[in-house]
Amino acid sequence: MRPRVTLDGNEAAATVAYMASEVIAIYPITPASPMGELADKWAAQERPNIWGSVPRVVEMQSEGGAAGAVHGALQTGALTTTFTASQGLLLMIPNMYKIAGELTPAVIHIAARSLATHALSIFCDHSDVMSARGTGFGMLFGNSVQEAADMALVAHAATLEARVPFLNIFDGFRTSHEVNTVELPTADDVRALLDEARIQSHRARALRPEAPVIRGTAQNPDVFFQAREACNPYYAAAADIVQETMDRLAGRLGRSYRLFEYVGAPDAERVIVMMGSGAGAAEEAVERLVAEGEKVGLVKVRLFRPFSVKHLLAALPPTTKAISVLDRTKEPGAPGEPLYLDIVAGLARAFGEGAAPFASFPRIVGGRYGLSSKEFTPAMVKGVFDALNEDPAVHDFVIGIEDDVTKRSLSYDPTWSTENADTVRAVFFGLGSDGTVGANKNSVKIIGEDTDNNAQGYFVYDSKKSGSMTVSHLRFGPRPINSTYLIEQAGFVACHQFTFVERVDLLDRAAPGATFLLNSPFPKEEVWNHLPARMQRQILDKKITMHVIDADSLAQEVGMGRRINTIMQVCFFALSGVLPRDAAIERIKASIVKTYGKLGEAIVKMNINAVDQALSHLAEVDVSGAEVNGFVIPPLVGDDAPAFVRDVTSVMMDNAGDSLPVSAMPVDGTFPVGTTQFEKRNVTNEIPAWDADICIQCGKCVMVCPHAVIRAKVIAPEALADAPPTFKTTKPRWKGMTDQAYSLQVAPEDCTGCSLCVEVCPVKNKSEPRLRALNMVPQEPLRDSERENWNFFLKQPEVGRDLLDFQKVKDTQLLQPLFEFSGACAGCGETPYIKLVTQLFGDRMVVANATGCSSIYGGNLPTTPWTTNAKGRGPAWANSLFEDNAEFGIGMRLSIDKQTEYARELVQRLASDIGQELADAVLAADQSDEKGINAQRERVDALRAALADVETGPARDLKALADTLVKKSVWIIGGDGWAYDIGYGGLDHVLASGQDVNILVLDTEVYSNTGGQASKATPRAAVAKFAANGKPQAKKDLGMIAMAYGDVYVARIAMGADDKQTVKALLEAEAWPGPSLVIAYSHCIAHGYDLKDGLKQQDLAVKSGHWPLFRYNPMRNEAGENPFTLDSKAPSVPLKDYIYNETRYTMLVRSKPEAAKQLLDDASGDVSARWSKYAFLAGQTGTKAEGK
Amino acid sequence: MIDLSTKYLGLELSSPLVCSSSPMMQDIDNIRRMEDAGAAAVVLHSLFEEQITLESQDLDRNLFHGAESYAEATSYFPDMATYNIGPDAYLEHIRKAKAAVKIPVIASLNGISSGGWIGWAKRMEEAGADALELNTYFMPTDLDVSGSQLEEMYLELVRDVKRSVSIPVAVKLSSFFSSIPNFCASLDQIGADGLVLFNRFYQPDFDLEALEVVPRLELSSPQELLLRLHWIAVMYGRLNADMAVTGGVHGATDVVKSMMSGAKVAMMTSAVLHHGIDHIAAVRHELAQWLETHEYESIVQMQGSMSQRKVAEPAAFERANYMKVLRSGAWSHR
Repeated sequence: MRPRVTLDGNEAAATVAYMASEVIAIYPITPASPMGELADKWAAQERPNIWGSVPRVVEMQSEGGAAGAVHGALQTGALTTTFTASQGLLLMIPNMYKIAGELTPAVIHIAARSLATHALSIFCDHSDVMSARGTGFGMLFGNSVQEAADMALVAHAATLEARVPFLNIFDGFRTSHEVNTVELPTADDVRALLDEARIQSHRARALRPEAPVIRGTAQNPDVFFQAREACNPYYAAAADIVQETMDRLAGRLGRSYRLFEYVGAPDAERVIVMMGSGAGAAEEAVERLVAEGEKVGLVKVRLFRPFSVKHLLAALPPTTKAISVLDRTKEPGAPGEPLYLDIVAGLARAFGEGAAPFASFPRIVGGRYGLSSKEFTPAMVKGVFDALNEDPAVHDFVIGIEDDVTKRSLSYDPTWSTENADTVRAVFFGLGSDGTVGANKNSVKIIGEDTDNNAQGYFVYDSKKSGSMTVSHLRFGPRPINSTYLIEQAGFVACHQFTFVERVDLLDRAAPGATFLLNSPFPKEEVWNHLPARMQRQILDKKITMHVIDADSLAQEVGMGRRINTIMQVCFFALSGVLPRDAAIERIKASIVKTYGKLGEAIVKMNINAVDQALSHLAEVDVSGAEVNGFVIPPLVGDDAPAFVRDVTSVMMDNAGDSLPVSAMPVDGTFPVGTTQFEKRNVTNEIPAWDADICIQCGKCVMVCPHAVIRAKVIAPEALADAPPTFKTTKPRWKGMTDQAYSLQVAPEDCTGCSLCVEVCPVKNKSEPRLRALNMVPQEPLRDSERENWNFFLKQPEVGRDLLDFQKVKDTQLLQPLFEFSGACAGCGETPYIKLVTQLFGDRMVVANATGCSSIYGGNLPTTPWTTNAKGRGPAWANSLFEDNAEFGIGMRLSIDKQTEYARELVQRLASDIGQELADAVLAADQSDEKGINAQRERVDALRAALADVETGPARDLKALADTLVKKSVWIIGGDGWAYDIGYGGLDHVLASGQDVNILVLDTEVYSNTGGQASKATPRAAVAKFAANGKPQAKKDLGMIAMAYGDVYVARIAMGADDKQTVKALLEAEAWPGPSLVIAYSHCIAHGYDLKDGLKQQDLAVKSGHWPLFRYNPMRNEAGENPFTLDSKAPSVPLKDYIYNETRYTMLVRSKPEAAKQLLDDASGDVSARWSKYAFLAGQTGTKAEGK
Repeated sequence: MIDLSTKYLGLELSSPLVCSSSPMMQDIDNIRRMEDAGAAAVVLHSLFEEQITLESQDLDRNLFHGAESYAEATSYFPDMATYNIGPDAYLEHIRKAKAAVKIPVIASLNGISSGGWIGWAKRMEEAGADALELNTYFMPTDLDVSGSQLEEMYLELVRDVKRSVSIPVAVKLSSFFSSIPNFCASLDQIGADGLVLFNRFYQPDFDLEALEVVPRLELSSPQELLLRLHWIAVMYGRLNADMAVTGGVHGATDVVKSMMSGAKVAMMTSAVLHHGIDHIAAVRHELAQWLETHEYESIVQMQGSMSQRKVAEPAAFERANYMKVLRSGAWSHR
């Protein structure tokens, strides 16, 4: 008997892959990253593969790199694997053609994910794997967590025999991240299925000097074709080999699989064919319909390539009259999606050859479902079956959305349900920071592993990184749980955050008679009167039993801060009755010891204490006789919001985006900017309050605020007559403005409570030094008044840009930010730089943004932070991909420059229409400062006016292009994963191009967005995923590499160490007419400390010599001066005093102290060496000084 | 031949020179050099109660902060199999120290609350510590906590620790008790094997520019010795527990005075920090010379000789002496 374990699809597949591999090349990409992380972790722990040896795991610079490494490793004989998804798979395709073309046994494990088209999506569909179907790789689909492991084993075994490489595919998130109870193959199982003789054959084909061969020749028209056909026998045999392998697996593990697996009525007339996790929902629907007497069935496709018509025919009942093929991908312009076309072609051929078992050719229709993890439910499956009855047949349909444009959508009854009565269904709403998901994963483990029940957990996260809501869907029951869709009728609903009662329709998913557990600051007697009417009505109508607990207070009391996970978990077990109460508590405690034991006794005790206290604080709310008297939830956005925001954005904000029809969506992915201002999230309990009396108006707080929620303005005193009563001002500390009023205003509902502003404030209250000019205070009492103050503040005009000295930090902080209220983490170290760039150049700025954190908090719907000024101008932003951002940006530059060039030519040609004087002025304009740019804007307006009535072709062209006559600032923004690793080749080329682009690298020294994997920017001694033993190599010196070109402006900045230098560097970079590279130290949640100390850490990074500040300005070179300026002093703080404030370093000290000591020594050596090098450069005299 | 040996906490020591708990002990090399220089025993740096809990809490908080909040990054750190939280590293240090030197190694546990962390005392014993020094450094700031409550808290702590180990336990105290003899007697009664007098009171300083309270540590001065001598001399012969002087022992005469007051050992740190580890050798040499010059045969011979019970003027240790000092104007010469 193999142990039952609860784990997710990624771990299931990775476990098998790891056992069966010698070399593993990895690169992070959602949702496949955890497979690489696990492989790296296991290797770091020296876990052996089935041959008793630890696989060699290596992180590459991109998926392209990983595929190349896989190819090389395979060629030299190692059993090799990798993991990827989406764009990563696309980058592997060139090598996949090679690997397959050379008939090389290999497996790539795929957590299938949407490809970026009109938008990026991290969620699931099959567009990625369908793009790889021409490579010659076999394609196996596992439809559940169990199958992710089993198909992995089938793939690793079959590839050896078939010599066809395989993709082991399972659905991203739905399977990769679903936690379920499974039985994993053991090492003995893997050993038994992998044929030793075939392994030796693979090794025998390896490149080796002892028996050299040549592969990868160039072939010509004479033989290429024949040679390409030579592989046919292998592909012809592959399907049978896979089936035989499945049979061997069944013999050993007892789980039987078919290439095309049929379930349903033996005499079915209507059949659905599909693959992937959706088959779970389809199977449930089929079981129910068959039980109701319907003649329906389902073919689950497990082996999609090589496509075996023979096996398909064997699976379909001869009674089949109509087939609906469901594809989870879209191929615009194709006559049908890939699976549909293959089914049609296969059956047509069989029918033509007389091999088909059907009396007449069945009706075959195709449709799409589930793109980007769109829900796919049994109700939809029924809708698909129902449509098969319709005449005429509905082709090319979609299910699960409303297509009101091309009318392709099938209708269905969403209330039709197949949920079993013997399954316990529970839904939990929590905050990311409160530990809800962790506790639920733990509950699934307890029930799945410690009881006879099966358990399933699936977790939905929202699109923001700060204050994000999580929804956990848990099912428990005696039968295996293959319900691959969200819970719609829950018997238990828990809300772990009281603020959600207003924000979210929590009880929409509650079944009649459900139990509702609410974490409430109000006791059972009072809570009713604090609920909205909607919820009160649901409680009464559905006869819901309600319980409350003040988990926040209890968590504070027992020292757990905001982590209410353990407390709520105990309440869940107590109320749900999944386990006897005492047994549940005993198991929770055992699990606490297991989970937290390694973190020390204090944590264990704290959690156990929370368990012991929880139940005595839990109380049932008596709703008998209660009436609906609650408040009506106000609309999310006001009537003053733009129509699109009102009609579309607000629906997404209300978690109702699924209800939006096709017609509501832009056709090309183009969205209006400046929408975060409408999403008031209220995610913090505390906000900063301003003490105007002691403020010195330095602007540091405004500068550092990651979410642009603290702003400064100088306001005309007469405007204050209309100010709200609590609106605060003081006398401005600017010459020439002292007769006006300085305001520092906080946006109370947009603040995330990070406290960076308080920490950066340089003044202290002399009577009470704990107080500064900004102090954190409770938000709730101030919310209404400060909202009014904020709205008043926004209405006041901005200070004229030409009145300010951009070299002064305090002046720059009177500039309007055009990047606001993003979804970045509270305390983010990246966004202050982006915001600063928009303050300086935002109204003439075009941005190419690499995929990563900045593209997510910058571009993830429903609302986006890039915005406009009062004149409607602001940054124009686009994200292409992860790997191509530098090239994307240079394309923008070339395009703008070309159009500017053409516009200038037109100005010359049309000078007589425009007026010679104006034309000359336009062409000769000095746009080196704000005044010059403003003057040019006025000239362009005049030019347009002059041409208003000129209707020639050139005049129309010039009117269209006239804006390009105003200087544009092209910014290429991305993180270190892009700049140092995957995009480095392109970045290098752009640096060498001489083009006027400004590259801002937000260096967090780790892949932040995908969860903390090491990049080449990761410093020596830091722990990261893929560098679990501490990164052994030093950080790549990207600045030094760029400087080598000589004509690239390069700066290394750290706002927390020297904000003046930061501003200076950005201004110089923008002014330099060639490529500029600014590398910005960005503290990050992945560094592992309270980010309110981010600026202190930046300062220490500089003082310790880890992050010397410098500017390399080729303009100085041209002036004969030393272009290199070292802006920070020699290291004055030991490196350890900086790095050991961060968990990324200390966790190695805790886990491997000897290695940590050695790495600290080495890293300290890096600091000294780098400093000597920089000091030497700074000490050089320029050519002028040398008299040349 | 002068006999410098003494017996402290049941341990046979070659001399009364013991290196007291300090950060120097974090380096095994220093401990080795102390032995070479003639230290008869060492008290390791303290394992702090707060360290045990804080490290756990920090690690817990920082590892999981931001986890399970966003679909692309459900965690930010690799999952390590084990973490060497403070106490583990400390136990390893005991093992290494024991392996490196032959002199007794006394482990030091610094804390105040009676609780699960006391289990670490047992593990220190298991790691090879020859004895345990329990450092009860506590700053009461709560207006509602009385002296007697505080004393009871200490006693409970000592009882717990005594119950959990079989090696000798010494208690290191501050001098801020209303009745030191009474409290020491209470400790003695519940089985404390040694009393180490006194902890130094680290008073925070103000940074006037930054308007911040800053920690400040100054090395002890020989003047501090007198307070220790007084109380040891008063209690000598009335308690079973061995007494140790710590604070103000800088030279050989300080050791002599300590012994005469009734201490079994004299502990040094500040002088060693100031002069280097070799200072121990110099003091040891001078100590032997002093005994020789003054015709003492052994340390044991002088131990307690100047205690209140044995001097000609016992009142010198009492209120009478206070009046005498005031009258003599001795204070004005300082």
